[in-house]
Formats: sequence, C-alpha cells, structure tokens
Amino acid sequence: MKGPITEVDGVLAAPHVLEYPYRRSVGPVLSRFFTALRERRILGVRTAAGRVLVPPAEADPDSGTAVTDDFVEVGPGGVVTTWSWVTRPREKQPLPHPFGWALIRLDGADTAMLHAVDAGDASRMRTGMRVRPRWRAETVGEIGDIACFEPEG
Amino acid sequence: MGDASEPKPVKTIKTPMRLEYQYTAGEATSRYLRGIAQGRILGQRCPSCKKVYVPPRGSCPRCAVATTEEVQLSDKGTVTTFAIVRVPSENISVPLPFASVHILLDGADIPFFSVVQGCPLERVRIGMRVRAEWVPREELAPTATSIRWFVPIDEPDVPFEKLEAAL
Repeated sequence: MKGPITEVDGVLAAPHVLEYPYRRSVGPVLSRFFTALRERRILGVRTAAGRVLVPPAEADPDSGTAVTDDFVEVGPGGVVTTWSWVTRPREKQPLPHPFGWALIRLDGADTAMLHAVDAGDASRMRTGMRVRPRWRAETVGEIGDIACFEPEG
Repeated sequence: MGDASEPKPVKTIKTPMRLEYQYTAGEATSRYLRGIAQGRILGQRCPSCKKVYVPPRGSCPRCAVATTEEVQLSDKGTVTTFAIVRVPSENISVPLPFASVHILLDGADIPFFSVVQGCPLERVRIGMRVRAEWVPREELAPTATSIRWFVPIDEPDVPFEKLEAAL
C-alpha cells in the first residue's frame, strides 16, 4: 500500500497494510443465524442436552454431538458477563469512539456472544449490566447488522 | 427463478483480516530505497562470506556480522522460480495475468522478489534473462513500485547449475 513516506534520523518509514479480503461460507446452522439477523432477529440453537447456544454452532461444545434443529429466538436484550474497554478504536472496529468489547448473554441463551457496547464511558460498564442491540439502518445478513449494543434504560 | 418475495438465505459472509503496520526500513534498506529513487539497485557484501545481499538489511544472516560495503547491481537478472497469477484479488495493482518471480540480479547472491509482465506468460521459465522496467524518471521514488516489473531480454538462458547455489 502506498502512503506518506516519513524520515527520522535518515531512516525511512511508511504505512504498510496487510489485508486478506476473505469471504467464507457459513454452513447450514450459521446461515440461519445470519439470515435472521437480516430480519433483525437473533437466533440460537438448542443442543441435545437442552442448552441454547448463541451464536448457534453445529455441535455442542460440551459433548461434540450434533445440535438439534430447534432454533430459538433470543434477546433482543441481554446481560454483560465480562468486558474490556477500548480507548483508541481502530479504523475497522464497530464504533469510531471509545467503546467496550463485551461478552453478552442474551435473554433465553445459555452462552454469551462477543459484541461492542456503546456505553460512552468506561465508568458506565459493569458485569451484570443490561444491554440491548442497536440495529444498523440497513441489514444485509452479517454480524455488523447489529451496529452495537447499548445500555438499557 | 424463485419467488421474489422470499429472500435468499445468507450463505457467505465477508471476514477480512487487516493488519496495519508502520514499517521502518532501517539504515541499510533506507540507503537501498534512496538508490531506487535514483534508478539504481544497491546491495551490500558480507565481509566474511563475500555474499551480496539485495535488498540489504545491514547484516549477514549466515555469518551474523554487519555488512557495510555497498555494491551497485545491474538491473538485469535471471528468473530462479516463478508462479503465474491469474486469480484476481483486491489490492493487486499489476494487470492480470502476471508471473510472480524470484530474480537473481547479476552480481547478487540471493534472489529478489518481483513480477514479470510484458511477454506471453507461457514463455516464463527458470533461467530466463530479464531486465527491470522502471517507471519514468520523474516518477522515481524511494519505493519498490519504482520498478514496474521485469521484462524478458534477448540473451541465452542461464543453466540451472549456475543458479543452484543462490536458491
């Protein structure tokens, strides 16, 4: 990639961006998840043992056995189970200003999923806080259809 | 055609990987890049094993000693290995198809990564003689893209035995 070449003490430097523009197939289970996101619904899948995995997976991580075909709508609200604060977001991250990465257990789910929380300030983040999704204006069937989560109330 | 009111299920998603670096060239490679901006290719010779490295990194990886002697190299060389690239991808600026090549520049002891264009690609072969095609003088800059690519020249092939030591 071309960019401004700079010089410090006679040594040249320049930005270098390494990018792999992959597109991957998602398989039958995640296909249901992403297709539902396009309709602004969040789907989990029930394992044979009765737990609800969100995002859905093809196998139960506890036993390795295939999941059932019982897809369950969860959320849209949920609870932050753990988080960390990003003070200087990078260009491709979900929000242009400081935000929290959080594991969020949606209502009705037994597992937590990773997403951004737009809390404004780290002092508003805490484990156990209630959050709800903020949907992007135009949904296309990808995780970014949820622009981020925001504190409830 | 299916029912237009029934949207198709999502089968794929984009999952780009992106790594943003600030690359610092170091002293030896900065001298090399300034040479490139003048249309010259500079290498460095190891004081111990006498091998000539291009681009120079300021040390010999084999002898673990600093390399200070600068050597001006020819912009002609020999293809030591190649692969034909026909699959388009974002971020590739060279027109497709092209040959991704290693070139042993005359006077160097390690091959140099570049591209061969401007000839039928079925002609590209190990031992083929090539020459750098530079951008116009006024566009020269301290960057690898000052050499647009390499093109074949009308010289006899170099036999593999003469390249083997540099591979």
